[in-house]
Amino acid sequence: MLNYIWAIMIIVGVVYAIITGNIGNVTNGILESSEETISLCITMLGIMSVWTGLMEIARQCGLIQILTRRLDRLIGWIFCDIPKGHKALEYITTNIVANFLGLGWAATPAGLMAMKEMAKLNKNNPTMASDSMCAFLIINVSSIQLVPITMIAYRNQYGSVNPVSIMLPAILSTCVSTLVAIIFIKIKQGKRA
Amino acid sequence: MSIVTFISNMIIPMLIFYIVGLAIMMKKDCYDSFIIGAKEGMKTVISVMPTLLGLMMAVGVLRSSGFLDWLSGFIGFYTEKIGVPACIIPVTIIRMFSASAATGLTLDIFKEYGTDSLEGLMASIIMCTTETVFYSISLYFMSVGIKNTRWTILGAMICTFAGIVASIVFAYLM
Repeated sequence: MLNYIWAIMIIVGVVYAIITGNIGNVTNGILESSEETISLCITMLGIMSVWTGLMEIARQCGLIQILTRRLDRLIGWIFCDIPKGHKALEYITTNIVANFLGLGWAATPAGLMAMKEMAKLNKNNPTMASDSMCAFLIINVSSIQLVPITMIAYRNQYGSVNPVSIMLPAILSTCVSTLVAIIFIKIKQGKRA
Repeated sequence: MSIVTFISNMIIPMLIFYIVGLAIMMKKDCYDSFIIGAKEGMKTVISVMPTLLGLMMAVGVLRSSGFLDWLSGFIGFYTEKIGVPACIIPVTIIRMFSASAATGLTLDIFKEYGTDSLEGLMASIIMCTTETVFYSISLYFMSVGIKNTRWTILGAMICTFAGIVASIVFAYLM
C-alpha cells in the first residue's frame, strides 16, 4: 500500500511541476525536506526515549495489569459473545490498555493473540469474521491514547508555544469516537440476538 | 490560559509523578528500568528515520511542485463553506492508509500555517484521534485468514468520521 502512495506522490509532484514550469523548485524541495527530517528525528530521539523509559518503569510496576483489572467488566460487556474468563478477553484488554498508554509495540502482539483466540471461538465459516472480531477491530481503530507523545514531539520541533495544549481535546475526541464505536457495536449485536 | 490548556499541561507531569512514585513505593529499580526503556525508544526512532525521510521527501516534491496548493484550492472551494480548511482533507484521507505519510502532510501544515494556527491544531488533534484504519484491519484479519470482514469497515469508518468531526469542533473551541 505504502509503495503505491509513495510512488504516486512523487510521480504526481514531478509531472505537475513540469506542466506548471515549477521544476526548478523541486530539487530545492527535496534537499530541504531531507535535511529537515534529520533535525526532526534528533528532537524525536530525545522525547521518545524519555517517554519509553518512563513507560518501561510503569510496565515493571505492573501498571498494565492494574489497568487491565479495572477494565474487566466493561470489556466483558462489549464482547458479550466471549465466555467469561476466556483468554481472548485478557488479550483484548491488554491490547486496549497498551494502546491507551502509547505502547504500540506491546499492543500489536496482544492484539494478534486476541485474534487467534477469537478465531478458535468463531462459529461462522472460518474465513468470515465473528461478531467479537468485528467489535475488537472497531474498538482498536477508535482507541484512546492518553499521551500522544509523537505528535507533541513534532509540535515542539516546529516551534509550538504550547506543544501539549492538544492533549485534552485529543482525549475528548477519541472518547467521542470510542463512544460511537461502542454504540455501533451494540446496535449490530442487538440485531443478531 | 484556558482550562483546556491547564488540564493538558497537568497530564504529563502528574503521570510522571505517579509512575515514579509508584515505582519507589514498590521498591523497584526505577532508574534501571528507565534506561532499558529509553534504549528501546532510541531504537524505535532510528528504525523509523528512513521511512520518515522517504515520505518527507515525497511531500517535499508535492509541496514544491505547487500540487498541494492546487489540490487544497480545489477541495477548499467545497469544504471551507462548512468550516473545514482545505489542507485538512488530504491528511484525513491519507491517515487511514499510512500514519507516516499523514505525518508528512501534517508537518507540512505546521510549516505552512504554524503549529498553533487553527489548521495546525486541527491536524494535530485529528492525527491523535484517528488510526490507520485499513492497515490495522488488514493486518489483524490477515493474521487469522479472515476474508469476509462483515461490518468492521463500516463501523471503523463511522467512528473515524465521528472522531474527525469532534477534532474539528474541539480545535475551534481552543
